[in-house]
Amino acid sequence: MCTYITNMVSTEGSGKGADGWFPLTETSVYFDHPVHAPAEHTLNIDFRNPDRGAGARVAVELTADTARALAHAILETLDAVPEGIL
Amino acid sequence: MSDAFLSATVKIAGTGGAEIEAYSALAQDDEPRGGVVVIHHLPGYDDPTKEIVRRFAHLGYNAVMPNLYWHDAPGAAPDDAAAAGRAKGGVPDARLVGDVGGAAEYLRALPNSNGKVGVIGYCSGGRQSVLAACSLPLDAAVDCYGAFVVGDPPGAGHPLKNVKPLYDLLPDLSCPLLGLFGEDDSYPSPKQVAELEQLLTGHGKTFDFHSYPGAGHAFFAVDRPSFRPEAAKDGWERIAAFFGKNLSV
Repeated sequence: MCTYITNMVSTEGSGKGADGWFPLTETSVYFDHPVHAPAEHTLNIDFRNPDRGAGARVAVELTADTARALAHAILETLDAVPEGIL
Repeated sequence: MSDAFLSATVKIAGTGGAEIEAYSALAQDDEPRGGVVVIHHLPGYDDPTKEIVRRFAHLGYNAVMPNLYWHDAPGAAPDDAAAAGRAKGGVPDARLVGDVGGAAEYLRALPNSNGKVGVIGYCSGGRQSVLAACSLPLDAAVDCYGAFVVGDPPGAGHPLKNVKPLYDLLPDLSCPLLGLFGEDDSYPSPKQVAELEQLLTGHGKTFDFHSYPGAGHAFFAVDRPSFRPEAAKDGWERIAAFFGKNLSV
Protein backbone atom coordinates (compact mmCIF):
# COMPACT_ATOMS: atom_id res chain seq x y z
CA MET A 1 0.00 0.00 0.00
CA CYS A 2 0.95 3.65 -0.13
CA THR A 3 1.70 3.95 3.60
CA TYR A 4 1.61 7.77 3.68
CA ILE A 5 3.88 7.59 6.75
CA THR A 6 6.38 10.41 6.45
CA ASN A 7 8.79 12.03 8.85
CA MET A 8 10.33 15.40 8.16
CA VAL A 9 13.73 16.47 9.48
CA SER A 10 14.97 20.04 9.40
CA THR A 11 18.40 19.69 7.84
CA GLU A 12 21.75 21.47 7.79
CA GLY A 13 24.42 20.20 5.41
CA SER A 14 25.01 19.72 1.70
CA GLY A 15 24.09 17.16 -0.89
CA LYS A 16 25.15 16.42 -4.44
CA GLY A 17 22.31 16.18 -6.91
CA ALA A 18 21.97 16.11 -10.67
CA ASP A 19 23.32 19.66 -10.97
CA GLY A 20 26.12 19.39 -8.41
CA TRP A 21 26.37 20.36 -4.77
CA PHE A 22 23.74 22.40 -3.00
CA PRO A 23 22.82 23.26 0.59
CA LEU A 24 20.16 21.03 2.22
CA THR A 25 17.32 22.42 4.28
CA GLU A 26 14.92 19.52 4.86
CA THR A 27 14.75 15.74 4.66
CA SER A 28 11.74 13.47 4.12
CA VAL A 29 11.94 9.94 5.49
CA TYR A 30 9.19 7.51 4.52
CA PHE A 31 8.45 3.83 3.92
CA ASP A 32 6.53 3.44 0.70
CA HIS A 33 6.61 2.23 -2.88
CA PRO A 34 9.95 3.01 -4.54
CA VAL A 35 10.40 4.60 -7.94
CA HIS A 36 13.40 2.49 -8.94
CA ALA A 37 14.40 -0.15 -6.36
CA PRO A 38 13.13 -3.66 -7.20
CA ALA A 39 11.05 -4.04 -4.04
CA GLU A 40 7.44 -3.49 -3.12
CA HIS A 41 8.29 -1.05 -0.33
CA THR A 42 11.51 0.66 0.64
CA LEU A 43 12.74 3.15 3.20
CA ASN A 44 13.05 6.28 1.13
CA ILE A 45 15.00 9.40 2.00
CA ASP A 46 14.77 12.68 0.09
CA PHE A 47 17.40 15.25 1.04
CA ARG A 48 15.97 18.50 -0.33
CA ASN A 49 16.16 22.24 -0.69
CA PRO A 50 12.70 23.36 -1.86
CA ASP A 51 13.84 26.97 -2.27
CA ARG A 52 16.02 25.77 -5.14
CA GLY A 53 13.19 23.85 -6.83
CA ALA A 54 11.87 20.31 -6.71
CA GLY A 55 14.92 19.05 -8.60
CA ALA A 56 17.24 20.04 -5.74
CA ARG A 57 16.98 16.57 -4.27
CA VAL A 58 19.23 13.66 -3.37
CA ALA A 59 17.10 10.54 -3.19
CA VAL A 60 17.78 7.02 -1.96
CA GLU A 61 15.50 3.97 -1.77
CA LEU A 62 16.79 1.35 0.67
CA THR A 63 15.62 -2.07 1.77
CA ALA A 64 14.46 -2.12 5.37
CA ASP A 65 17.55 -4.15 6.40
CA THR A 66 19.87 -1.69 4.71
CA ALA A 67 18.09 1.27 6.26
CA ARG A 68 18.39 -0.18 9.76
CA ALA A 69 22.07 -1.01 9.22
CA LEU A 70 22.64 2.51 7.94
CA ALA A 71 20.84 4.07 10.90
CA HIS A 72 22.96 2.04 13.32
CA ALA A 73 26.14 2.91 11.42
CA ILE A 74 25.32 6.62 11.57
CA LEU A 75 24.78 6.48 15.33
CA GLU A 76 27.84 4.27 15.95
CA THR A 77 29.98 6.60 13.87
CA LEU A 78 28.80 9.63 15.76
CA ASP A 79 29.29 7.85 19.09
CA ALA A 80 32.89 7.05 18.12
CA VAL A 81 33.83 10.66 17.48
CA PRO A 82 36.33 11.85 20.11
CA GLU A 83 35.15 14.35 22.68
CA GLY A 84 35.46 17.98 21.73
CA ILE A 85 34.98 17.47 18.00
CA LEU A 86 31.18 17.35 17.82
CA MET B 1 -14.01 2.09 -35.55
CA SER B 2 -10.27 2.54 -36.00
CA ASP B 3 -7.79 1.35 -33.37
CA ALA B 4 -5.52 4.36 -33.88
CA PHE B 5 -4.89 6.61 -30.92
CA LEU B 6 -2.52 9.46 -30.15
CA SER B 7 -0.80 9.68 -26.78
CA ALA B 8 0.75 12.94 -25.69
CA THR B 9 1.37 15.30 -22.82
CA VAL B 10 -1.30 18.02 -22.78
CA LYS B 11 -2.41 20.88 -20.59
CA ILE B 12 -5.88 20.81 -19.07
CA ALA B 13 -7.82 22.95 -16.62
CA GLY B 14 -7.45 21.50 -13.14
CA THR B 15 -8.82 22.63 -9.81
CA GLY B 16 -10.13 26.18 -9.87
CA GLY B 17 -9.35 26.41 -13.59
CA ALA B 18 -5.59 26.33 -13.00
CA GLU B 19 -3.66 24.83 -15.89
CA ILE B 20 -2.03 21.49 -15.10
CA GLU B 21 -0.13 18.90 -17.05
CA ALA B 22 -1.83 15.68 -18.05
CA TYR B 23 -1.06 12.62 -20.12
CA SER B 24 -3.69 11.71 -22.67
CA ALA B 25 -4.33 8.91 -25.13
CA LEU B 26 -7.10 9.84 -27.54
CA ALA B 27 -8.88 7.85 -30.22
CA GLN B 28 -8.34 9.27 -33.66
CA ASP B 29 -11.71 8.65 -35.28
CA ASP B 30 -15.15 10.25 -34.98
CA GLU B 31 -16.94 7.29 -33.42
CA PRO B 32 -18.54 8.45 -30.13
CA ARG B 33 -16.97 6.82 -27.07
CA GLY B 34 -16.59 7.15 -23.36
CA GLY B 35 -13.66 8.59 -21.49
CA VAL B 36 -11.56 7.35 -18.58
CA VAL B 37 -9.71 9.47 -16.03
CA VAL B 38 -6.74 7.55 -14.65
CA ILE B 39 -5.49 8.52 -11.18
CA HIS B 40 -1.85 7.72 -10.52
CA HIS B 41 -0.57 6.40 -7.20
CA LEU B 42 1.33 8.29 -4.52
CA PRO B 43 4.80 7.76 -6.05
CA GLY B 44 3.68 9.87 -8.94
CA TYR B 45 2.85 10.48 -12.53
CA ASP B 46 5.06 7.66 -13.76
CA ASP B 47 5.73 5.60 -16.86
CA PRO B 48 3.80 2.48 -15.73
CA THR B 49 0.66 4.54 -15.15
CA LYS B 50 1.08 6.23 -18.54
CA GLU B 51 1.09 2.70 -19.97
CA ILE B 52 -2.29 2.15 -18.30
CA VAL B 53 -3.59 5.32 -19.98
CA ARG B 54 -2.52 3.94 -23.34
CA ARG B 55 -4.17 0.62 -22.53
CA PHE B 56 -7.52 2.34 -22.09
CA ALA B 57 -7.10 3.98 -25.48
CA HIS B 58 -6.29 0.54 -26.90
CA LEU B 59 -9.57 -0.63 -25.34
CA GLY B 60 -11.39 2.09 -27.28
CA TYR B 61 -11.70 4.93 -24.75
CA ASN B 62 -10.32 8.42 -24.63
CA ALA B 63 -8.14 8.48 -21.54
CA VAL B 64 -6.32 11.12 -19.55
CA MET B 65 -4.23 11.18 -16.38
CA PRO B 66 -3.82 14.50 -14.58
CA ASN B 67 -0.43 15.09 -12.97
CA LEU B 68 -1.59 15.50 -9.38
CA TYR B 69 1.74 17.01 -8.30
CA TRP B 70 1.85 19.73 -10.96
CA HIS B 71 0.60 22.26 -8.41
CA ASP B 72 3.50 21.42 -6.08
CA ALA B 73 6.29 21.51 -8.63
CA PRO B 74 5.27 22.57 -12.15
CA GLY B 75 7.70 21.36 -14.77
CA ALA B 76 9.75 19.22 -12.37
CA ALA B 77 10.64 15.61 -13.09
CA PRO B 78 7.71 13.44 -11.93
CA ASP B 79 9.68 11.74 -9.14
CA ASP B 80 10.97 15.09 -7.84
CA ALA B 81 7.45 16.50 -7.98
CA ALA B 82 6.11 13.52 -6.04
CA ALA B 83 8.77 14.09 -3.37
CA ALA B 84 7.83 17.76 -3.18
CA GLY B 85 4.16 16.89 -2.87
CA ARG B 86 4.79 14.38 -0.12
CA ALA B 87 6.90 16.88 1.81
CA LYS B 88 3.96 19.29 1.67
CA GLY B 89 1.61 16.69 3.13
CA GLY B 90 0.29 14.89 0.07
CA VAL B 91 -2.53 15.74 -2.32
CA PRO B 92 -5.42 17.56 -0.58
CA ASP B 93 -8.77 15.89 -1.25
CA ALA B 94 -10.40 19.10 -2.54
CA ARG B 95 -7.57 19.63 -5.01
CA LEU B 96 -7.86 16.02 -6.20
CA VAL B 97 -11.55 16.47 -6.84
CA GLY B 98 -10.87 19.66 -8.78
CA ASP B 99 -8.20 18.07 -10.93
CA VAL B 100 -10.25 14.94 -11.67
CA GLY B 101 -13.26 17.14 -12.42
CA GLY B 102 -11.17 19.13 -14.87
CA ALA B 103 -9.95 15.94 -16.50
CA ALA B 104 -13.53 14.69 -16.82
CA GLU B 105 -14.57 17.95 -18.47
CA TYR B 106 -11.61 17.69 -20.84
CA LEU B 107 -12.85 14.25 -21.91
CA ARG B 108 -16.49 15.33 -22.25
CA ALA B 109 -15.45 18.25 -24.48
CA LEU B 110 -13.69 16.03 -27.02
CA PRO B 111 -15.48 15.90 -30.38
CA ASN B 112 -15.83 12.11 -30.21
CA SER B 113 -17.03 11.98 -26.61
CA ASN B 114 -20.34 10.24 -25.93
CA GLY B 115 -20.63 12.26 -22.71
CA LYS B 116 -19.82 9.36 -20.39
CA VAL B 117 -16.77 9.45 -18.12
CA GLY B 118 -15.40 6.89 -15.71
CA VAL B 119 -12.54 7.07 -13.25
CA ILE B 120 -10.01 4.49 -12.10
CA GLY B 121 -7.22 4.66 -9.56
CA TYR B 122 -4.64 2.34 -8.11
CA CYS B 123 -3.35 2.18 -4.55
CA SER B 124 -3.73 5.72 -3.11
CA GLY B 125 -5.52 6.47 -6.39
CA GLY B 126 -8.07 3.80 -5.52
CA ARG B 127 -9.19 5.83 -2.54
CA GLN B 128 -9.11 8.95 -4.68
CA SER B 129 -11.25 7.24 -7.33
CA VAL B 130 -13.95 6.64 -4.70
CA LEU B 131 -13.47 10.21 -3.43
CA ALA B 132 -13.97 11.58 -6.95
CA ALA B 133 -17.02 9.39 -7.54
CA CYS B 134 -18.55 10.66 -4.29
CA SER B 135 -17.85 14.28 -5.21
CA LEU B 136 -18.46 14.55 -8.95
CA PRO B 137 -21.11 13.42 -11.42
CA LEU B 138 -19.45 10.39 -13.03
CA ASP B 139 -20.71 7.29 -14.82
CA ALA B 140 -18.44 4.58 -13.42
CA ALA B 141 -15.62 4.25 -10.92
CA VAL B 142 -13.01 1.58 -10.28
CA ASP B 143 -11.15 1.25 -6.99
CA CYS B 144 -8.06 -0.93 -7.29
CA TYR B 145 -6.94 -1.78 -3.74
CA GLY B 146 -7.37 1.71 -2.38
CA ALA B 147 -6.54 1.92 1.32
CA PHE B 148 -8.38 4.11 3.82
CA VAL B 149 -11.70 4.42 2.03
CA VAL B 150 -12.66 2.98 5.40
CA GLY B 151 -10.38 2.62 8.40
CA ASP B 152 -7.83 5.07 9.76
CA PRO B 153 -4.28 5.34 8.38
CA PRO B 154 -1.55 4.01 10.70
CA GLY B 155 1.20 6.20 12.02
CA ALA B 156 -0.70 8.82 13.98
CA GLY B 157 0.98 12.20 13.77
CA HIS B 158 2.66 11.64 10.43
CA PRO B 159 2.60 14.67 8.14
CA LEU B 160 0.18 13.37 5.52
CA LYS B 161 -2.88 14.55 7.39
CA ASN B 162 -4.78 14.96 4.13
CA VAL B 163 -5.59 11.26 4.12
CA LYS B 164 -8.71 10.33 6.01
CA PRO B 165 -11.44 7.74 5.53
CA LEU B 166 -14.46 8.56 3.36
CA TYR B 167 -17.32 7.42 5.59
CA ASP B 168 -19.18 10.74 5.35
CA LEU B 169 -19.01 10.82 1.55
CA LEU B 170 -20.15 7.28 0.71
CA PRO B 171 -23.88 8.21 0.63
CA ASP B 172 -23.00 10.58 -2.25
CA LEU B 173 -21.46 7.94 -4.53
CA SER B 174 -22.70 9.04 -7.94
CA CYS B 175 -22.13 5.92 -10.04
CA PRO B 176 -21.56 2.16 -10.02
CA LEU B 177 -18.32 1.12 -8.32
CA LEU B 178 -16.08 -1.80 -9.26
CA GLY B 179 -13.65 -2.80 -6.52
CA LEU B 180 -10.68 -5.10 -7.13
CA PHE B 181 -8.71 -6.27 -4.12
CA GLY B 182 -6.13 -8.85 -3.04
CA GLU B 183 -7.04 -11.26 -0.25
CA ASP B 184 -3.51 -11.03 1.14
CA ASP B 185 -3.57 -7.23 1.30
CA SER B 186 -3.44 -5.57 4.73
CA TYR B 187 -4.50 -2.10 3.52
CA PRO B 188 -7.26 -2.52 2.57
CA SER B 189 -7.69 -5.73 4.54
CA PRO B 190 -10.44 -8.25 3.70
CA LYS B 191 -12.19 -6.97 6.84
CA GLN B 192 -12.10 -3.39 5.53
CA VAL B 193 -13.35 -4.52 2.12
CA ALA B 194 -16.23 -6.30 3.87
CA GLU B 195 -16.97 -3.16 5.88
CA LEU B 196 -17.09 -1.08 2.70
CA GLU B 197 -19.41 -3.63 1.08
CA GLN B 198 -21.72 -3.42 4.08
CA LEU B 199 -21.76 0.38 4.04
CA LEU B 200 -22.46 0.60 0.31
CA THR B 201 -25.23 -1.96 0.63
CA GLY B 202 -26.74 0.10 3.42
CA HIS B 203 -26.62 3.21 1.27
CA GLY B 204 -28.30 1.37 -1.60
CA LYS B 205 -25.36 1.80 -3.97
CA THR B 206 -24.52 -0.33 -6.99
CA PHE B 207 -21.15 -2.01 -6.64
CA ASP B 208 -19.26 -5.13 -7.66
CA PHE B 209 -16.29 -6.26 -5.56
CA HIS B 210 -13.79 -9.02 -6.31
CA SER B 211 -10.99 -10.18 -4.02
CA TYR B 212 -8.29 -12.39 -5.48
CA PRO B 213 -6.71 -15.27 -3.53
CA GLY B 214 -2.92 -15.36 -3.68
CA ALA B 215 -2.73 -11.66 -4.45
CA GLY B 216 -1.79 -8.81 -2.19
CA HIS B 217 -1.53 -5.11 -2.82
CA ALA B 218 -0.61 -3.77 -6.27
CA PHE B 219 -1.19 -7.00 -8.16
CA PHE B 220 -1.72 -5.02 -11.39
CA ALA B 221 1.79 -3.51 -11.22
CA VAL B 222 3.73 -5.40 -13.88
CA ASP B 223 7.07 -3.86 -12.84
CA ARG B 224 6.86 -4.78 -9.15
CA PRO B 225 7.28 -8.03 -7.19
CA SER B 226 3.61 -7.79 -6.20
CA PHE B 227 2.46 -8.49 -9.78
CA ARG B 228 0.06 -11.42 -9.96
CA PRO B 229 -0.68 -12.19 -13.60
CA GLU B 230 -3.81 -14.29 -13.02
CA ALA B 231 -5.44 -11.64 -10.85
CA ALA B 232 -4.35 -8.84 -13.16
CA LYS B 233 -5.64 -10.63 -16.25
CA ASP B 234 -9.02 -11.29 -14.70
CA GLY B 235 -9.08 -7.76 -13.28
CA TRP B 236 -8.49 -6.18 -16.67
CA GLU B 237 -11.31 -8.29 -18.13
CA ARG B 238 -13.65 -7.11 -15.38
CA ILE B 239 -12.61 -3.48 -15.90
CA ALA B 240 -13.21 -3.75 -19.65
CA ALA B 241 -16.65 -5.30 -19.09
CA PHE B 242 -17.56 -2.74 -16.39
CA PHE B 243 -16.60 0.29 -18.46
CA GLY B 244 -18.12 -1.35 -21.54
CA LYS B 245 -21.45 -1.52 -19.70
CA ASN B 246 -21.38 1.84 -17.97
CA LEU B 247 -19.59 4.10 -20.43
CA SER B 248 -21.58 3.18 -23.51
CA VAL B 249 -24.63 5.17 -24.54
